[in-house]
Amino acid sequence: MENTSLPPRVHTLNQTKAAPMDQSQPPTHGFDMSSALGRTEERALDNERICLEVKDLNLYYGEKQALANINMVIPEKRVTAFIGPSGCGKSTLLRCFNRMNDLIDIVRTEGSIALHGEDIFRRRVDVAELRRRIGMVFQKPNPFPKSIYENVAYGLRLQGINDRRVLDEAVEMALKRSALWDEVKDRLNENALGMSGGQQQRLVIARAVAIEPEVLLLDEPASALDPISTLKIEELIYELKENFTIVIVTHNMQQAARVSDYTAFMYLGELIEYKNTNTLFTNPSNKQTEDYITGRYG
Amino acid sequence: MDQNELHSHISQQFDAELNDIRSRVLEMGGFVEQQLSNAIHSLAENDSELAELVVSSDYKVNAMEVGIDEECVQILARRQPAASDLRLVIAAIKTITDLERIGDEAERIGRMAVHLAERPTSRKHKSPLADIEHLGEHVRRMLHNALDSFARLDVDLAVNVAHEDRKVDQEYEGLMRQLITFMMEDPRSIPYALDIMWSARALERIGDRSCNICEYVIYLVRGKDVRHVSLEQMELEARSKTSGTH
Repeated sequence: MENTSLPPRVHTLNQTKAAPMDQSQPPTHGFDMSSALGRTEERALDNERICLEVKDLNLYYGEKQALANINMVIPEKRVTAFIGPSGCGKSTLLRCFNRMNDLIDIVRTEGSIALHGEDIFRRRVDVAELRRRIGMVFQKPNPFPKSIYENVAYGLRLQGINDRRVLDEAVEMALKRSALWDEVKDRLNENALGMSGGQQQRLVIARAVAIEPEVLLLDEPASALDPISTLKIEELIYELKENFTIVIVTHNMQQAARVSDYTAFMYLGELIEYKNTNTLFTNPSNKQTEDYITGRYG
Repeated sequence: MDQNELHSHISQQFDAELNDIRSRVLEMGGFVEQQLSNAIHSLAENDSELAELVVSSDYKVNAMEVGIDEECVQILARRQPAASDLRLVIAAIKTITDLERIGDEAERIGRMAVHLAERPTSRKHKSPLADIEHLGEHVRRMLHNALDSFARLDVDLAVNVAHEDRKVDQEYEGLMRQLITFMMEDPRSIPYALDIMWSARALERIGDRSCNICEYVIYLVRGKDVRHVSLEQMELEARSKTSGTH
């Protein structure tokens, strides 16, 4: 051991010993009672950085109102899950985030959704650019009938990036992030349609991730997959939230409980309860939420 | 969470399983209460036969605990219960742990009763035995009410039981002082007084464990963890209606 490392160590020892006496506080013996009692701090939406903010959102399919007065924030770099029975509007709400509902003629929306403070519904918003920033993955894997490599590189090529070195790097990065690299690195030029369903879905996620979006919208990403592939996707979601804000719609409540930080329960186009997933699944405050998550929904 | 919620799952099989757990916990509670009641009676009346019965019946309590535990584990694994269902399973697991320990304490009292019955001098001091019977009856009522609050999901009753525990503690302290006086006055009474003391200690612990059961009831009904908080805080949480299902 070097001599130079000794003095600071002695110094810190002195400091920790002296501190409780100086401040005339009772010694705690390094024991934090509140955490020992297990009253862990719950994640709360108020403490999160906001990625998307929905204000007074109403949406109509023709005469029929599909979303009623939705107000919520989607926290940055967290997984937010939407749950609710069929037809409750969760997919519709998800599709609002990257204006996929624009493709349906009879849809009319009121209110606003802001991405980092910018309203995405304004006229001069470039929808293609919006969808680059907010990527989407659907229920059924939809790879293009091209090679695995070209599938992932597709979005980048669309942006005019054709430099082989840049593409190679981005493809590798995206496939690694999607936990697919080890499985496909030796057959990047094979047709993507030859992959298994679970692999195809991860490939589609890689394709979405390759263009570095800020938000990933996942609409039932695992409902067409076998249980093991489902778990792989869930593990992937957990890893992806390091870099992306994730919003997932799922019919599988246990999946929402497993992967999400926050859960929103929707019913008949309304947002019924939205909070930290732990609290929602152990002690929901709304009767309808409780009935739904405990399987009492009639 | 209220009573009729126990019968409203889409899966009727799940309803039946949760109901079964509840009724088995109550059945176990009833048996433990019987054990306690017999133990107190055998101690007060010098009935060594009844005391032997208490000691030899404890294995039934243990078997009930193991059986209910197993069923709870199966529900957790197969049904992934959420919200009040989850809290019911957790509360059941915790309640039966305490019930089993109460059963052990009753068995301990039974052993003491056998012991005391064998002592020739044991009839000399009538008074501590009467006191311990009183303490025992108090504690038995606490256990009874704790089980009642579990059966009826009655948080008010649960809070009342927690209040009773203070009185039991005082009664226990009083008995201790009395026994110390006995021992100082007549050292020959020490072995006898110690047996009484151990029995009183067991009863006092049963009071504490009955309180624990009440805490699980509040957790079950309100979703609030009230362990290791003051009685006032517990009361506050129990009365708050934040579990919005009411």
